Amino acid sequence: MAAGGRLMAILELSQVMKRYGALIVADQIDLELAQGEALGIIGPNGAGKTTLFNLIAGTVRVDAGAVSFAGRDITYLRAAERCRIGISRSFQIPHPFGGMTVFENVLVGATYGAGKGERASYGRVMEILELTALTGKANALAGALTLLERKRLEMARALATSPRLLLLDEIAGGLTEPECRELVEAVRQIRSTGVSIIWIEHIVHALIAVVDRLAVIDFGRKIADGDPRQVIESPEVREIYMGIEADA
Amino acid sequence: MTAPTPFEVSQATRTSRVAGVIAIAAVAVLAAAPLWAGRADMRLLSEIFTYLALASLWNLLAGFTGLVSVGQQAFVGFGGYMLFAIATFGGIHPLATVPIAGVLGAAVAVPVGILIFRLSGAYFAIGTWVVAEVFRLVFAQISTLGGGSGSSLPVAVVRSIASGRDLREWFTYWCALVLVIGVLALVYGLLSTRRGLALTAIRDSEVASESLGIDIWRTKFLVYIVSGGATAMIGALIFLQKLRISPDAAFSVNDWTAYVIFITVIGGIGTIEGPIIGTIVFFMLRETLADLGSIYLLILGLVAILIMLKSPRGLWGFVVERFGIELFPVRRRVQVGALQGEGKAPREPG
Repeated sequence: MAAGGRLMAILELSQVMKRYGALIVADQIDLELAQGEALGIIGPNGAGKTTLFNLIAGTVRVDAGAVSFAGRDITYLRAAERCRIGISRSFQIPHPFGGMTVFENVLVGATYGAGKGERASYGRVMEILELTALTGKANALAGALTLLERKRLEMARALATSPRLLLLDEIAGGLTEPECRELVEAVRQIRSTGVSIIWIEHIVHALIAVVDRLAVIDFGRKIADGDPRQVIESPEVREIYMGIEADA
Repeated sequence: MTAPTPFEVSQATRTSRVAGVIAIAAVAVLAAAPLWAGRADMRLLSEIFTYLALASLWNLLAGFTGLVSVGQQAFVGFGGYMLFAIATFGGIHPLATVPIAGVLGAAVAVPVGILIFRLSGAYFAIGTWVVAEVFRLVFAQISTLGGGSGSSLPVAVVRSIASGRDLREWFTYWCALVLVIGVLALVYGLLSTRRGLALTAIRDSEVASESLGIDIWRTKFLVYIVSGGATAMIGALIFLQKLRISPDAAFSVNDWTAYVIFITVIGGIGTIEGPIIGTIVFFMLRETLADLGSIYLLILGLVAILIMLKSPRGLWGFVVERFGIELFPVRRRVQVGALQGEGKAPREPG
């Protein structure tokens, strides 16, 4: 089911648990991602998808279970340290640095996340702005961007940290069809540079165009994981997503 | 796919270059104050400098790292007492004790910081105040420094500053000028470099800063220690001018924190220019209205409320919004071939 030919796992979650009071948001989740693999995650609203990202990126710590990255146990590593060793994320609800320019927003990722000097990062920042179609907004204050641009900025900042694992949280929501195609192309391009990707998305056809594998989360549990087409057509998933067809 | 576009990154703007020239001229004029100002004017200027320095440091703490301290008087008083102790009992030249007080202030900020960084938000604010009160009570117990009633700087020590009274006042005036320039340079230096990126990022979103690799705790802690040390230096200078210290004056929350917060908030928190504007407004109000007694304080309160309601980012925030001016350019501007840069024709580098 998982990636054929035992590649080294870049990310491994084992029996990960997280609860808020009586609410279990991550229930004994096992998940493995091979180096260079792209995994899609779907699930209803409130199923625990973003929580899973919080646990992987270190924004929230697990109650039980373990997280390891490239063979190293990172269960107790803080978010900033996880970023520096190569885990980067975009937020579903954008968190721009509103008082800084777009260029500076991305520069933060390139200097602190990737650990490079400021001047040494300028070229990389410009490349990423180009890739995410933000070059024209380089001097604009991030607080003045439209929602769409903010989402692109989320991706740009995450990319600037030179991640080995990129976590994308609903970056396609609200895009028009051509914009969506452009986005898929951008994600493919990132992938082709060897970055492993986990992508949470409701726009299933965009997801399927990129990922190798699809996992489904519901009520904090992983209920399916495997070939995207098989997963979409499995009865459990159809039950949750009544009426949603895999129309790629 | 795309050839790398040529680009340039710069921080200076035309306004900031003009402002820089004006600032240098202003410093020269101020340094020559003994030639044109009387003793009272120079005292007032010194006081303005110390308030500007205190406000800039408080702004660095609260406006950038979100550490709202109402206990900075702990460091002002600590610095003042260190000056008295070292100059009286250590036999060191009083002006030389100012930097020593700074180092000691930074050193005492380490354990204090470790303790109160366990608190956050409003609890942090109250914690800092409690620490300042503890400082006040501790220094009131030290009888060699005058206990609860305080003490004056011995005449011999005062004489050792400089031979004549005029010269002594000039020295302390210049010391205040150097300190305020030093503090502004420190704040600007911190904010315009790589570390400033982290500070501004933390100001705007802590959760995003952390996920982009910024160590928030360490950054805040560093700023706390630096501002503690600098505040202690200012405290030493304040009491070098007053020549008398007592626990109530040294650790006064009104004098060293409430006015400082007023200055920063009306001027514009989270900007370098804000405390400068705030200090000017504060002293204009004080010099014209202080004779009114308690009505003066009522007016201060009214001004604060009015500005917070009408322009929550302070007077400077209003100027920036309206005219887009930046005197201390910390923003990096990119000039790309195809980019419109602030309405000017784009310059093609190379």
